[in-house]
Amino acid sequence: MSEKDIIICRCNDVTQKEIEDLIDQGITDIEEIKRLTRIGMGPCQGRTCIPLVMRIIARKTGKKIEEIPVPATRVPTRPVPMGVLAGAMNNEE
Amino acid sequence: MKSEAKTVIIGGGIIGLAIAYNLAKMGEEDIVVLEKGYLGNGSTFRCGSGIRQQFGDEANIQMMKRSVELWSGLKEELGMDVEFRQTGYLFLLYDEEELESFKKNVALQNKFGVPSRIISPEDAKELVPPLNTEGIIGAAWNHTDGKANPFKAVFAYANAAKKLGVEIYEYTKAEDIKVENSEIKSVITDKGEIKTRRVINAANAWAKLLNAKLGIDIPIEPYKHQSVKTEPIKPGQIEPMVISFKHDGVYLTQEAEQGGIIGGYGLKYGPTYDITPTYEFLRGVSYRFTQIIPSLKYVNVIRIWGGYYAETPDGNAAIGKINEINEYYIAAGFSGHGFMLAPVVGEMMAELIVNGKTKKPLWFYDPYRFERGELRGKAIQMG
Ligand SMILES: Cc1cc2nc3c(=O)[nH]c(=O)nc-3n(C[C@H](O)[C@H](O)[C@H](O)COP(=O)(O)OP(=O)(O)OC[C@H]3O[C@@H](n4cnc5c(N)ncnc54)[C@H](O)[C@@H]3O)c2cc1C
Ligand code: FES
Repeated sequence: MSEKDIIICRCNDVTQKEIEDLIDQGITDIEEIKRLTRIGMGPCQGRTCIPLVMRIIARKTGKKIEEIPVPATRVPTRPVPMGVLAGAMNNEE
Repeated sequence: MKSEAKTVIIGGGIIGLAIAYNLAKMGEEDIVVLEKGYLGNGSTFRCGSGIRQQFGDEANIQMMKRSVELWSGLKEELGMDVEFRQTGYLFLLYDEEELESFKKNVALQNKFGVPSRIISPEDAKELVPPLNTEGIIGAAWNHTDGKANPFKAVFAYANAAKKLGVEIYEYTKAEDIKVENSEIKSVITDKGEIKTRRVINAANAWAKLLNAKLGIDIPIEPYKHQSVKTEPIKPGQIEPMVISFKHDGVYLTQEAEQGGIIGGYGLKYGPTYDITPTYEFLRGVSYRFTQIIPSLKYVNVIRIWGGYYAETPDGNAAIGKINEINEYYIAAGFSGHGFMLAPVVGEMMAELIVNGKTKKPLWFYDPYRFERGELRGKAIQMG
């Protein structure tokens, strides 16, 4: 299996090759990689892919994994249907 | 880092980068862009991505008409697909008063060649199949409005600027600007000093902090606005940007590539530099979205985030030359429409700096209108 076929982010279908290409272009900031590829922005909010991406960055840049900042996660941490959230509002109005 | 530059642009958002690119394109050399974080981290990466020409005043209509021409060619010009899609803007209208004022706007837009028109609720439903048409008496529609990808647009401008020799320093903060006898001497950064005679303040929500160091007071304040994103839904459901002022300035659309719904509404906090997302927004946006598109009830929210609207008293940016200090320019205070304006603001700022005059009405955004008390009609705002 080549790097082209290894999927790192299952939610948004991002391959190892796409990430390595960005790092080769000098883009090693995980926030930038996140925004360019949408890793970590899928329904699982990066629980699966962020640790893998951090490891790739560490390997390719020679940095220690602790030196790579973990990207901010944003509420809600678990998907909730709009109807449920809207309902919470309805009851108040 | 260079110790000397002809032009220093402070702010690596879409505006600063578009100015840098356009200046270099007009033959200016020796340009530096300073960004205190990573490119786009201010407002640009937090934006709703919408691009429209449906404004209610002549200046914004003409500027946006030109901007859309530029957006259309950006892929070829910058050599990277910024995912510009002309999926249109649809303003839902719920009463006669709204309808009348939009008829006037449409007439003005048509005068400048923007093909907007008023359509029936049935036509609106055809454009957006899951729309709840209850209470809607018409809609203003322009199919040449659209959206683009903010992440790609930032990188496209940055890369094209670099190819023309612009130097971009990320994680480099401008801390002070040295001025003697109204002449700029240098910019002091946390990484060292850069000698220069020309500075462009493109720091948007932070613009007033830089101005304050120079004793200049232009009313631009940071307000927290938020956006929501849902999981992907079936493609092609909500292609246009859908707007409803009756629902407190709701805007929502389906992302072209990802298929999720993104949008927000007018809830704002501030002035503040705190952009922590709020539960109040999460509930409020869900309530309003499901009123307009009932089937969104079953769709999961996956994330919300906050960002800045850098607001002026009339909702229009402050763009132009600062009189008190030679070669000091500002382009900041873009509220909820700086992303869409970036291509034309970049072009017009370069014309202003290089030629001393512009083809489109940049005077409208005169930074001195506030102190003269000549506020513009409030720009059509949403979100
Ligand atoms: C929720 C939300 C939705 C929006 N939706 C839309 C939309 O649909 N369409 C639209 O057109 N617009 C929209 N906007 C507005 C749009 O995001 C902004 O108007 C636009 O991004 C402004 O670009 P900018 O380059 O001026 O600002 P920014 O992207 O904020 O760039 C300014 C940069 O300056 C840097 N900076 C500040 N001070 C310093 C310093 N001292 N030294 C170095 N760097 C410094 C900052 O870090 C920042 O990166 C939205 C905004 C928000 C928050
Ligand atoms: S695997 Fe990347 S966001 Fe879920």
